[in-house]
Amino acid sequence: MAYEQDVQRLEQIIAALDRRDLDLDAALRLFEEGVERLRAASAALGAAEASVRQLVEQADGSLGLADFNR
Amino acid sequence: MTPARGRSSSRLARDAAPDAPDLFAVPPLNTDGAAAAASFAVPVKTTGESAQQAIAVSTLTETAKAVLEGAFTPLWVRGEVSDFKAHRNGHWYFCLRDATAQVRCVVWSRNQRRIPAPPDDGMQVSACGQLSVYAARGDMQFVVTAMEAAGDGLWRKALELSLKRLQADGLTAPERKRRIPAFPRRIAVITSPDGAALRDVMAVVRRRWPLVELVVVPAKVQGEGATEELIAALGRVNRWGGADTVIIGRGGGAREDLWAFNDERVARALAACTAPTISAVGHEVDTTLCDLVADLRAPTPSAAAEAAVPVLADERDHLAVFARNLRQGLTGRAADMRARLELSHRDLRRRGEQLVESRRARLEAVAGRLHALSPLATLARGFAVARGADGEPLTSAHQFSPGLAFALVLRDGRVPSQATGAPELSAPDAATPEPGE
Repeated sequence: MAYEQDVQRLEQIIAALDRRDLDLDAALRLFEEGVERLRAASAALGAAEASVRQLVEQADGSLGLADFNR
Repeated sequence: MTPARGRSSSRLARDAAPDAPDLFAVPPLNTDGAAAAASFAVPVKTTGESAQQAIAVSTLTETAKAVLEGAFTPLWVRGEVSDFKAHRNGHWYFCLRDATAQVRCVVWSRNQRRIPAPPDDGMQVSACGQLSVYAARGDMQFVVTAMEAAGDGLWRKALELSLKRLQADGLTAPERKRRIPAFPRRIAVITSPDGAALRDVMAVVRRRWPLVELVVVPAKVQGEGATEELIAALGRVNRWGGADTVIIGRGGGAREDLWAFNDERVARALAACTAPTISAVGHEVDTTLCDLVADLRAPTPSAAAEAAVPVLADERDHLAVFARNLRQGLTGRAADMRARLELSHRDLRRRGEQLVESRRARLEAVAGRLHALSPLATLARGFAVARGADGEPLTSAHQFSPGLAFALVLRDGRVPSQATGAPELSAPDAATPEPGE
């Protein structure tokens, strides 16, 4: 899930920003990337309704998802 | 060919079967039946009524066998197992006995799969079978097709054997356990589509993390065919390959309802699952084989769902913390930068001052030396210098001629002077070259 990668990258960025040896230019670039990742992660958490599907096997043996109604 | 299936004997067996395991107390079958059987089974004229009419041994045993099989429908017999042998030919042989009697038993290999495990000697069992005759030995033989042991003994033994095999294959090893994905997109749920387990999982997921897609993979979880359906469902999940996490389970049930999850084949299919697995067999006391091979064991389906997904509200909080840390990180770095700049500035100034200071010190030292070497200092000590009209010092007697006007410079002033005679040279100096020439 992209969310997980965004979160992991955010953790890296924040850890890097906490390092005192970082120059300002690099800090700014990291910050900008962090803001972008944060925006993406927040969007990923946007409202969504958990969908429930059902794994169904077709006559030819292939597998697909169908709505699960019960 | 069941010549002895007389009315009386079959009624006897029927009456005896349900609740009369002490059937062996039944008196021998009536001789009419046996005679009828013999007369039916054996070629004419050999009735066994005289030496001339003697029947063959095999005829006797075959007749006895037919009579016994006709007299007894399959029934349950209880006793203690002794002399158990799993023969090379694949069949099991043992005796069932009580204090005063015993009967030889056999389990044909084809019937063994309905028995959880071979019984141990000394085990109290009930065996279901058909009384018969082993013609080659003339022995009475009980042909067993099902067996149960007191206190689930056979099931427990079967479970232990399965567990040993799973362990030997490393399928329960802790280092084999995979991490459950923190943020799954799709979770396959292998369970009964009508069961409470699925409802519980759905409720938890909707409440905590409504971003995930639940994919129901229906399977019977108990009763006839459950094992096969669970294995098939696991196979389908693998073939589909779309699940990040697999939950397999059922709601709480009686111990015997969980049996499918103790099936070694189900456990192996679960271990072969390509996605990380969570077992959720709702039974607090018993640990099933599926629990032991799953990557994570959850006590209930709800707990499995909680282990499978994060909490949306928590994640939003995390992101808020990230946002704050990001800002603080940047302002922190900027503040660091400023502090560093100020520090360098101060350094620079201090170094500048130091430079100036050291130059001044050097200048003073030079000035001191200069002063020491200055002719003025010599004058101060009482010497005088003669300077010509052009102001150049006259340092040699040769520069003088009678009447030459010059100035005598002293510590505190100059005196206009004139040479009154020719220079009187001091001899050693004559040869030395003049400085200043």
